[in-house]
Amino acid sequence: MIFTLHNKIERNSIVLALGIIAVSAIGGLVEIAPLFTIDDTVEHAPDMRVYTPLELAGRNIYIREGCYACHSQMIRTLKDEVDRYGPYSRAVESQYDHPMLWGSKRTGPDLARIGEKYSDLWHTRHLVNPRDVVPQSIMPAYSWLLENELNTTDLRGNLKAMSRVGVPYEDSMINLANRDAVAQATPSSDDVAGLIARYGPATSVRVFDGDSQRVTEMDAVVAYLQILGRLTEIAHSEQSVQTDTNDNTIKAEGS
Amino acid sequence: MALAGHDIGFQLQGAVIVTAALVTLGALFSIRSQPEATAEELTYYYDAPIKAGIYLSLIWAMLGMFVGVWVALLLAYPELTFDYAWASLGRLRPVHTSGVIFGFGGNALIATSFHVVQRTSRTRLPDQLSPWFVLLGFNLFCLVAATGYLLGITQSKEYAEPEWYADIWLVIVWVTYLVLYLRTLARRQEPHIYVANWYYLAFILVVAVLHIINNLAVPVSFLGSKSYSLFSGVQDAMTQWWYGHNAVAFFLTSGFLGMLYYYLPKRAERPIYSYRMSIISFWGITFMYMWAGSHHLHYTALPQWVQTLGVTFSVMLLVPSWGSAGNALMTLNGAWHRVRDDATLRFMMVAAVFYGISTFEGSFMAIRPVNSLSHYTDWTIGHVHAGVLGWVAFIVFGTFYSLVPWIWHRERMYSLILIEVHFWLAIAGTIIYLIAMWNAGITQGIMWRTYNESGTLTYSFLESFVAMHPYYVARAFGGFLFLVGAALAFYNIVMTVRHVPLARNVTNDASVGPLSVPTGEATA
Repeated sequence: MIFTLHNKIERNSIVLALGIIAVSAIGGLVEIAPLFTIDDTVEHAPDMRVYTPLELAGRNIYIREGCYACHSQMIRTLKDEVDRYGPYSRAVESQYDHPMLWGSKRTGPDLARIGEKYSDLWHTRHLVNPRDVVPQSIMPAYSWLLENELNTTDLRGNLKAMSRVGVPYEDSMINLANRDAVAQATPSSDDVAGLIARYGPATSVRVFDGDSQRVTEMDAVVAYLQILGRLTEIAHSEQSVQTDTNDNTIKAEGS
Repeated sequence: MALAGHDIGFQLQGAVIVTAALVTLGALFSIRSQPEATAEELTYYYDAPIKAGIYLSLIWAMLGMFVGVWVALLLAYPELTFDYAWASLGRLRPVHTSGVIFGFGGNALIATSFHVVQRTSRTRLPDQLSPWFVLLGFNLFCLVAATGYLLGITQSKEYAEPEWYADIWLVIVWVTYLVLYLRTLARRQEPHIYVANWYYLAFILVVAVLHIINNLAVPVSFLGSKSYSLFSGVQDAMTQWWYGHNAVAFFLTSGFLGMLYYYLPKRAERPIYSYRMSIISFWGITFMYMWAGSHHLHYTALPQWVQTLGVTFSVMLLVPSWGSAGNALMTLNGAWHRVRDDATLRFMMVAAVFYGISTFEGSFMAIRPVNSLSHYTDWTIGHVHAGVLGWVAFIVFGTFYSLVPWIWHRERMYSLILIEVHFWLAIAGTIIYLIAMWNAGITQGIMWRTYNESGTLTYSFLESFVAMHPYYVARAFGGFLFLVGAALAFYNIVMTVRHVPLARNVTNDASVGPLSVPTGEATA
């Protein structure tokens, strides 16, 4: 009888401890381990590109300021979300996100497809003081982003660490990370051609913060926001949206 | 670290660590320089770290809840950052969550686990150094975490925000904690390990596993704070919510069930209602919770089969959860007159009720169609607070009001009226908070999915958060009442230690004597 067995277990702390580990381990093993081995967990997107050093720096500032606490980056397979934000998010789109920033709360709107929906100027003004452009906004003001010069000296190490966890940065990308970051926010720079060669012709090279003399944290954050949802076109090309008037959900492909 | 760090944040973190380490070393030195415990002292339980743990828990409660009210106000009045980077919502929020979960909850768990394991094992902690190392080491982790958030140092993993160096330190502290716990159990004078210890043990063990796996990362430099998570995208999402949901399960549930299983029967002076129900609930919770994390990722890019497993186990979890809640409430049968008269016991009773409510709500919200409405809204925030205010904080305060007179050997708490006032402030605050967030969440969810007759979305996102304002104000008020209640508890406990006379007969709880288990079926 199970209770007789338990009578023995609860007399031995080591058996009890091992039992707890064994019983608790099963769920994680079954649910997480196969995600690394089943091939169709993450779609294949040949056009998927990595973040440029400037975008990565912007992403790290997004993390530093805790933006993920109020903004999700995961459009669910629900009709109203697709209508509001755009095509639902695919696993491959966050393949190079270490860690992912899907978020859990929308105090503000989802940002998975915010890229190029608003101008650089709008983002800059909005981040300096959100209430200048959206009077009812409750978002904090991030005026220091425009004041702080971007620290580019560590970017090489950052790309190196990213490549260690599996992001396919080439050696030239890692070695030239600092210069590439400056070049992306300085269209007049001689390094722009190299940046485009490494990251592709679709890379946006602009003065994101409106100040061509300095590369600020604002440049990085805006560059990051403008690439969101645009690392690959897969979500736009393959999505077949099935609508069902009785059911708010959309059948995700392959499920 | 303070001198060689690559970034200013890392240098400041180093300064925090050096300062804290000096203070800790001083404290440890003064403990070591005391004469070894005499033979007579060894016949007493070692309660000094428990007392310190109670104070630390209350200090973190004040800090964490204050920041909570502040963050709540920021959502209604965004100018309250005063233009400081460290005061923006994104940086303050983890100070609130870590402050209350780890600072308040974690210290309460460590302190009570030291108390429970000694009493139920009828033995003294095996040495005097390691409990202090565990307690102060854990608080150093909390301090490094909280100051780091203000500097913008975070991994962004929810409820696991501290960076790699703090995570490694916590592993060292936690392994010491586990070894200390097992050593104490090994010295026990009782053949059986009492049920409260099963829960504390599950709390220690599983939190270690979750913490290590979820925080696997590659630092950019050993002299900088930044690291990159080993996992990315969908695998990282599943790992984070496997961690996140089970931080709720094994930190906020198992640990505090351990507390409930000891202090509620002791206070009610009744044996646990059903030993068998304890066994089934314990293993049910330990097994099933680990499957439920994927219900945080419904309708996302996570494969459907994982979502389905998550909802299945989430619904089944209701059985062991209500088993525990029912077991606690049935234990009170025959003591209901005490619940009426004794606010301390009433705290524990309400905790069991809210445990039942929030676990039901959790299973309900895990169901896919419900989740499609509730996810990303303030309903989730309401649900979490039903658990942490109604269940966790209530059981902690009920426990502290019982424990403080016991370990300081006082006749009673300083003021019973203040306990009564605290009870009603806490319950009013909790209910205001929950009703505000339920309304906010459901309103948001419905506004986001409402269509016109022409087939377009009726409300802009802007309209949905403008509609939140009154609820956010009400929520901050509810949280404020709860904070005031907690402050009264702090005052009451300090005054008890300072002004209430010693009890005449203290031997029963102080010395390694008669078994201090709420017995009955437990040893049958």
